[in-house]
Amino acid sequence: MRITLFITCYNDTLFPETGQAVVRLLERLGHEVVFPLDQTCCGQMHYNTGYQREAVPLMKRFVETFREAETICIPSSSCVAMIRDHYPLMAEESGDAELVRAVEELLPRIYELSELLVKKLGLEDVGAYYAHRVTYHASCHSLRGLQLGDIPLRLLRKVRGIDLVELPNIDRCCGFGGTFAVKNGDVSAAMLAEKMKDVENTTAEVCTAVDNSCLMHIFGGLHRARAGVKTVHLAQILASTEAEGEA
Amino acid sequence: MTVRVGESARALPFQKAALPLLDDAQLRKNVRHATDTIQRKRGLVVAEQTDWQELRTAASAIKRHTLKHLDTYLTQFEERFTAAGGVVHWASDADEANRIVLGLVQQYGGKEVIKIKTMTSDETRLNEALEQAGVHPYETDLAELIIQLGHDKPSHIVVPALHKNRAQIREIFLREMGLKELGNRPEDLTAAARRFLREKFLRVKIGVSGANFLIAETGGVCIVESEGNGRMCLTMPEVLISMAGIEKVIPSFEDLEVFLQLLPRSATGERMNPYNSIWTGTHEDDGPKHFHVVLLDNGRTSILADKESRQTLHCIRCAACLNTCPVYRQTGGHAYGSSYAGPIGAIFTPQVLNMEHAQSLPYASSLCGACYEVCPVKINIPEVLIHLRGRVVREQKSALDPEALGMKAMATVFGSRHRFEAAQRLARVGQWPVVSHGWVRHLPGMMGNWTAVRDMKAIPDQPFRAWWKQRQKKQEKQA
Amino acid sequence: MSGTREAVLKRIRSAIGGSSADAAAREAEREVLPREYRRAGSLDADARLAMFIERLHEYDANVVRTDAARVAVAIGAILQEHGQRSVIVADGFPVEMLPDPITPKSGAAGGPAESFAFRREEKANVEDLDRCDGIITSCFAGIAFTGSIVLTHGPGEGARRFTLLPDRHLCVVRTEQVVETVPEAMDRLAGFATAPITFISGPSATADIEMMRVRGVHGPRFLDVVLVG
Ligand code: SF4
Repeated sequence: MRITLFITCYNDTLFPETGQAVVRLLERLGHEVVFPLDQTCCGQMHYNTGYQREAVPLMKRFVETFREAETICIPSSSCVAMIRDHYPLMAEESGDAELVRAVEELLPRIYELSELLVKKLGLEDVGAYYAHRVTYHASCHSLRGLQLGDIPLRLLRKVRGIDLVELPNIDRCCGFGGTFAVKNGDVSAAMLAEKMKDVENTTAEVCTAVDNSCLMHIFGGLHRARAGVKTVHLAQILASTEAEGEA
Repeated sequence: MTVRVGESARALPFQKAALPLLDDAQLRKNVRHATDTIQRKRGLVVAEQTDWQELRTAASAIKRHTLKHLDTYLTQFEERFTAAGGVVHWASDADEANRIVLGLVQQYGGKEVIKIKTMTSDETRLNEALEQAGVHPYETDLAELIIQLGHDKPSHIVVPALHKNRAQIREIFLREMGLKELGNRPEDLTAAARRFLREKFLRVKIGVSGANFLIAETGGVCIVESEGNGRMCLTMPEVLISMAGIEKVIPSFEDLEVFLQLLPRSATGERMNPYNSIWTGTHEDDGPKHFHVVLLDNGRTSILADKESRQTLHCIRCAACLNTCPVYRQTGGHAYGSSYAGPIGAIFTPQVLNMEHAQSLPYASSLCGACYEVCPVKINIPEVLIHLRGRVVREQKSALDPEALGMKAMATVFGSRHRFEAAQRLARVGQWPVVSHGWVRHLPGMMGNWTAVRDMKAIPDQPFRAWWKQRQKKQEKQA
Repeated sequence: MSGTREAVLKRIRSAIGGSSADAAAREAEREVLPREYRRAGSLDADARLAMFIERLHEYDANVVRTDAARVAVAIGAILQEHGQRSVIVADGFPVEMLPDPITPKSGAAGGPAESFAFRREEKANVEDLDRCDGIITSCFAGIAFTGSIVLTHGPGEGARRFTLLPDRHLCVVRTEQVVETVPEAMDRLAGFATAPITFISGPSATADIEMMRVRGVHGPRFLDVVLVG
């Protein structure tokens, strides 16, 4: 299958290793990966912070860039939620019937990475090997936005060598929330402290998720506390194999 | 956003109001304990109600339908309520509502009133208005009594004194009730309140209440409560004055079957709360002889006019969104500046209350969506929060605000591939003053809030797209 | 004030895009609102009553099951057990259900052996209610799923203050009055929609202090249910 990657602006800039892992994983599974260089940002930060007008050209750009793509893979649930939940309304409000139709046609072709693997490709065992004690953090957008349920966990359970431990209070927000982490830094820190306690109590070495945004926040706190726990995007665990090593 | 009349309530922006609360270890423990307890109970009784989602769908549809025909349902209520012996008053804003209530109290010659917990009277600051005119209001809900005697402010919609523990409550009661002795078990404290209030229930001639539901079809009013103080206030006085937001009307008696199943389970985690009262106007030899309802607008019609936030008016004040909210969990209710705390407060207050810094409230959320998931009437609170943020930006932020400038600049950057790539390069090169050994530990300005508690990896040398381009080139060469 | 009424209605109409006076259209819209929730119960009579009793127990209500022939004895036993001496009986409560030899007709004091006295509702004022040991009523319906009893304050059920001020409420529920679901109870209530209605689910209670349930804040502290049939 030909899969078009929307890496997202922050993964592109801050977490290239995640994008590389997605490419390695999908190619290993026999798919062709395409990366349109015109892509930038879905507009989520603008939209959620109240700059909805500024987000509109970014939506148009996204729709334009991915118009031809058959299957679009996005390794970030919050960006998928932005597109699914808000693009239709934004298009409608623009009063541009052509745009409304284009968004409508685009949505069924968009998949978050774990969704793509399990729902579209019908896979749970992707042949990964990762010999670490791992706990999974369900980001709010993956849980309540995309309703992924246990999809990411089903993938993780099939990873060889993994010691998967359950994170208590898995449905509780870590306190990132985009610009919330800066605008309400103190409350965000209090939420982070609770999440870190839960992560540390699992004695996992690795905390994983389908969103690098939450992980950047959780890891930021864990590293400041010198907790000795690292965070790794799900794509990197799934891309790791015994033969090729960790992604 | 809407500017309400009268003097605005003093309040700090949410992020500032939160600071002392975050440092109050006792308060945070109390809030965690209370919200965890209610949530655990809620979880059990929601699970056994196998048609929960169908009930939510029905409730949300009934509310949407009612709001769409609000003028008809309100006038229908007015007509039937009047026919049943009641008197309807209309109030455009808080001041007018208070004037009406005070006028009625004076007309009936009252110097005291007994009150059931009434969110709308908190909203209009009725107690202040009554006291200024020499009328003493007695709060009769146990938690409201604790708040009133403690000269405190409510911190939760359903359990307003959850931030106080038994020792703190005992001190308040000893001092304010003039008691010499008092145990500190909840039973002892409750018994003290029972004694303190019983005499007032039997003596005071005027009751003031809110209303959970107004029934258009019958002109009936429904109040849901636990302690029996509500029934006391509804049946013992000669005069009853109920203040209700115009959104509290529902079309039919039958519709109650939906809300009476959703509200108790959502609010206190009970299958049914101990008492629901439904009554219609005045009844022969049973309850008050005079019954007045004050229908309050106070900004609600402007919410009604805003297509995207209209759903705010679905709210049945169950507080499930507070109990599940990870932000509320850290701060409790006082950070929200009014008695509408938590997620619902974050959307309701800025649209209705005349409160300083109310525009900080739509930002007091990580948009985690837990509130939407539990809301029994399916208010998509995150969606409304985002919408209100948009209104704050468009209506209140100057174009020269640093955040606005930054956001516009970012939007321009994302508007072109080349600008985006240039910005990636610039950030990478420009970050050297803040990077040490591959880590960023202190950022300037607003971003300092990030590095206050979090480290950050330096921006890597090669963004993903550079790696991709390089790989493409290599592959092309090989081919 | 009528100026305000018109102003509020005008604001509403402008917010919803005109008047909603078209009754037929409104009714048609209301007819098709989604109501896919459960209306009818699915339990047989025994299971329904078992659920009713179980859920009343969970509210700390005291439940006694008996039959028509022995109801008076059952009520007498409850009054004896709690040492209730002065008890008010709602007007219209079936006389034959009251324990002998005292009947409400005898007016008041002077119950011999058992030494409890009944007083009729119409003779009881607020002070009597405040001071008495308990109140006896029948009810309109019971709801198994929520463990509730419903009063419409008709004959035998007392005016609202009667089941509020006394410390103990003894309520007689006939088994055929017990439905399973809330919508079933609402169906039965349809003809009584404008009567005063009270749903009672256990004794009055609060959890306002540290989320610990304390019963009997202002209403009766004890609820005795006598289930007959
Ligand atoms: S918004 Fe929903 S969950 Fe929150 S108080 Fe209102 S009805 Fe309850």
